[in-house]
Amino acid sequence: MKNKKLSFFLFKYWYLISLSLLLAILIVFLQLAIPFWIGESIDLIVGKNDVEFERISLNLIRISISIVLCALAQFVMTNINNSLTFNISRDIRNEAMIKIEHLPLKYIDTHPFGAILSNVIGDVEQLSDGLLLGFSQLFSGVITILGTIGFMFVISWKIAIVVIVLSPLSLFVAKFIATKTHSMFLLQSKTRGEQTSFIEEMVNNQKVVQAFSHEDENEITFDEINERLYACSLKANFYSSTTNPSTRFINAIIYAIVCLIGAFNVIGGTISVGNMSTLLNYANQYTKPFNDISSVITELQNALACSSRIFELINQEEESDDSKGKVIDNPQGEFDIQNVYFSYNEEKPLIQDFSLKIKKGTVVALVGPTGCGKTTLINLLMRFYDVNDGSISLDGYNIQSLKRESLRSSIGMVLQETWLKKGTIRENIILGKGDATDEEIIKACKEAHSYHFIMQMKDGLNTMINEDGGNLSQGQKQLLCITRIMLCKPEILILDEATSSIDTRTEIRIQKAFNKLMENRTSFIVAHRLSTIQNADVILVMKDGNIIEKGNHNELLALNGFYKQLYFSQFEKN
Amino acid sequence: MKRVLSNLKYYKKETVLGPLFKLFEALLELLVPLIVSYIIDKGIKADTPNKKMIIAMSILLIVVALIGFVFSIVAQFFNAKAAVGLSSKLRKNVYSKIQGLSYLQLDEIGTSSLITIMTNDVNQVQVGVNLTLRLFLRSPIVVFGALIMAFLIDVNLALIFLGVILLLLLVVLGIMFICIPLYKKVQNRLDEVTLSTRENLVGARVIRAFAKEKSEIEEFKNKNRDLVSSQKIVGFVSSLMNPLTYVIVNFGIILLIYFGAIKVDGGVLSQGNIVALYNYLSIILVELIKLANLVITINKSIACGHRIDNVLSLNPNLKYTEEKVDDSSFIEYRNVSLQYNIGSDEKALENINFKVEKGQIIGIIGGTGSGKTSIINLLPHFYDATEGKVILDGKNVNSYNDEELRMRFGIVPQKAVLFRGTIRSNLLWGNANASENDLIEALEVSQAMDFVSKKEGGIDGCVEQNGANFSGGQKQRLSIARALTRKPEILILDDSTSALDYLTDFKLRSAIRKLSYKPTVFIVSQRTSSIQDADLIIVLDEGKIVGKGTHEELLNSCVEYQEIYYSQVRKEEKHDEK
Repeated sequence: MKNKKLSFFLFKYWYLISLSLLLAILIVFLQLAIPFWIGESIDLIVGKNDVEFERISLNLIRISISIVLCALAQFVMTNINNSLTFNISRDIRNEAMIKIEHLPLKYIDTHPFGAILSNVIGDVEQLSDGLLLGFSQLFSGVITILGTIGFMFVISWKIAIVVIVLSPLSLFVAKFIATKTHSMFLLQSKTRGEQTSFIEEMVNNQKVVQAFSHEDENEITFDEINERLYACSLKANFYSSTTNPSTRFINAIIYAIVCLIGAFNVIGGTISVGNMSTLLNYANQYTKPFNDISSVITELQNALACSSRIFELINQEEESDDSKGKVIDNPQGEFDIQNVYFSYNEEKPLIQDFSLKIKKGTVVALVGPTGCGKTTLINLLMRFYDVNDGSISLDGYNIQSLKRESLRSSIGMVLQETWLKKGTIRENIILGKGDATDEEIIKACKEAHSYHFIMQMKDGLNTMINEDGGNLSQGQKQLLCITRIMLCKPEILILDEATSSIDTRTEIRIQKAFNKLMENRTSFIVAHRLSTIQNADVILVMKDGNIIEKGNHNELLALNGFYKQLYFSQFEKN
Repeated sequence: MKRVLSNLKYYKKETVLGPLFKLFEALLELLVPLIVSYIIDKGIKADTPNKKMIIAMSILLIVVALIGFVFSIVAQFFNAKAAVGLSSKLRKNVYSKIQGLSYLQLDEIGTSSLITIMTNDVNQVQVGVNLTLRLFLRSPIVVFGALIMAFLIDVNLALIFLGVILLLLLVVLGIMFICIPLYKKVQNRLDEVTLSTRENLVGARVIRAFAKEKSEIEEFKNKNRDLVSSQKIVGFVSSLMNPLTYVIVNFGIILLIYFGAIKVDGGVLSQGNIVALYNYLSIILVELIKLANLVITINKSIACGHRIDNVLSLNPNLKYTEEKVDDSSFIEYRNVSLQYNIGSDEKALENINFKVEKGQIIGIIGGTGSGKTSIINLLPHFYDATEGKVILDGKNVNSYNDEELRMRFGIVPQKAVLFRGTIRSNLLWGNANASENDLIEALEVSQAMDFVSKKEGGIDGCVEQNGANFSGGQKQRLSIARALTRKPEILILDDSTSALDYLTDFKLRSAIRKLSYKPTVFIVSQRTSSIQDADLIIVLDEGKIVGKGTHEELLNSCVEYQEIYYSQVRKEEKHDEK
């Protein structure tokens, strides 16, 4: 896998980029030429009965053409730049999404979603805005400066030199203020961060705050932070806002000096009044790019930082290539787990030397305390993670030799953490079987006992659900996830606490449907409530990554061990 | 908007002085072309060039700039103070407002949007106010001032100015008018892209389990394409702004020069006048471009201001009465119904009646959505009963002062929430004056002592945000301990032992029974084992009471209770456990 760089995304649009730069040069040239010609025209208006109308008219026609040309060029360039910015962000985002779908789950599990999200959304925006617009601003800024100097030299080299020597002054002032205010901004953002996390914590749990009548105490804390924020914000805001007046003041001084020297030169006869007016116009324009450049450079640095974060994501290593993997047409569900070792973290061994043979149609239940490795085993069976050592085979094929898609689509999985996407209920249900008919869907809904509540909703199956099913209860979300499985009826089932949020009466009914589904299907069940797994063919009691007991319900009770202890703790009576 | 801007009244002086000094500065700026024109006409073009006057005038330019500089620094200070002060007051007011919102209002607005309002929106308003004070008032003044100056120099030529300004306004306003709704569309589509990214991260396992990677990528690409197409439309419209203003102003200059030339030829105007008019037009161009860029920011700020205003306009909507009830038990629900949405017919609770004596333990059980939490939320007056009365100690709960009322309760909510700080600081939420012994007792009763003592720092051990360094069961036990430090008269456990194993749950319940101050306890649970020793069990189904009594009574009489019980403990296991 080749490392992709920003240049890869830029190169695709090299012709647009070059065109944009050419137009920028044209625009700057015209924008400088127009005042020059206007100055010339003013020179032709000397006084009473001393106006050369013919030359003025010619000049004005020339200016008009230039104005139209310049405006057109501006219009085209802006649209090219927009196109570049938007297209490149789109390309980078698409690339990032493709990457996300192929990242090892380990990466997704260990990186906070918020960080990846701000990469794909915020950083890309900053990159394209900052880099491209920053670059084009910088480019036209530099061209403007060079062009202005050129035109000024043409009119009067003395004044040009004066301006060149003086104008960096405003740069220095801007820089000086920026350095001085840097620490104030740091303090401001630190205090703001403090306040934000206080707000997030407390407002998120406002109900608890009110339940404990803790409102007054919180207001006192909040006001204290707020006062501090006010003080440091005021400083940061005020001191940084002096930049603009200061640079403008320096520009005004340069303007006055150009005016003075210009006036003397007019008297001396080296330049005309029109020339002087043009020079004054330049003096006004010329300092602007200088002021801009310092802010553009910060923006560029920022954009480069964003770029390195995005490309770190885009160049992450993907899951191993499985394009040459085998496809199982008719999976049977015979698993052979041999001497498997696995850990998420090298220092903490989790599953060690784990072996198990599972025949077709076996119902395997996994029980044990939190963190004992139940879910890890599922991660390995689905190949969300690869084993460190040993092997897992399905129907005699090592699962690492199979196409992931083939392995995964033969397994149906319902997890404790439900996941629904924004869309209709129907779209969410047919995830595993895109071509399902209405009858099939309704049948699945009835089997999963979701039919009743779906039909109570406004648009039935076509009801829109919010992000992550926000408008449904946790139990209803689980029912929908179960419906998915009831619809596509995969060969192998994994139920990881699949009914934990469903009330026990409904659970019993669903259990019946599951029992029917599990006939002749290899199934793995994880559950807290031991009553749901008593009928399993094999119960694996896990602790610290190892199987410590193995057998069916009665055998395990007879063993008088950990399982029995777990089992009876749920019936403790006073 | 009124409630937002009215906060500026604390900064009256600043709000007036800031723009005023900006105005002075702008007026000074308008003098510059006049001075230059004077230098040309009276200095350079005088019969004998007046060098002294030119030097004096150049110094005057610098003096004008210096005064302008001082004015504008003063203005920046007042503006910053007004803007920062306003945002600070807004945050304070919004936070204070949130404290008084009812549960119902919190449900409606949603805490995440409250957080956005307090952070993002308030900052945006600060930026908006700052810019408005700095530039929004200044730019029109400069434009208007330039126009007046032009009229002073020559009325006829000033008409060109008038035309240019009107055309520019038309263009700027027109483009803005078209763009603002388009920007909203872009924002919505960006939200879609964000959502899609989030969904693909959160649902990585499910998407892969169903081998949906390709179709998800397709879907993402489509959303991304929609985003780009709407971005390009806005980009196209707003890209007209700069070229159009440029063309308008420069054609104004051409007209100015042409007609100016005629006037100079006729001896009505001087060359210096033409230079001055030319400079005024250039000033107008610069100011209008600034103004146009500002409008977008200010528009955003106004939208944010409206959201803040919505929150500030909320009035606490709990009802209060003065109602004594003589013949009641300690706690009594009389014909209580509850409807969260007045519009819909859906009732969360319907016709609830029961009585509780002091010191009793009450179990509440029922399926998901049966109204368990709704019942107990009425007691501390978190919600108003839509019909009927909830009575505590001979008074309707809505006749108490809320704080006084709630101080009598120890509440353990369904979601175990801990706050950043130490275990101690969390426990002190229950009772700020609790003694060390009180805390230890609370931890022991809640079965939290064993893991607290193992924690580094023990009771002073740190708690991360959202209690991230504790397991679900540990958080539940600590939030029970927090409620117990208050030694509450009434203890409410809202499904708050779901992550505890049966043995710990059992020990906890025994310890609560043995508490010396004999609280009245409400236990909400899905497990029959958690409530079967209660003095009174209330069985709920779809918001109605379908059974009331002790465990034995209900097992004999209540079908729903039987179903729940046997779904958890099967008949044959009853033999096993003897």
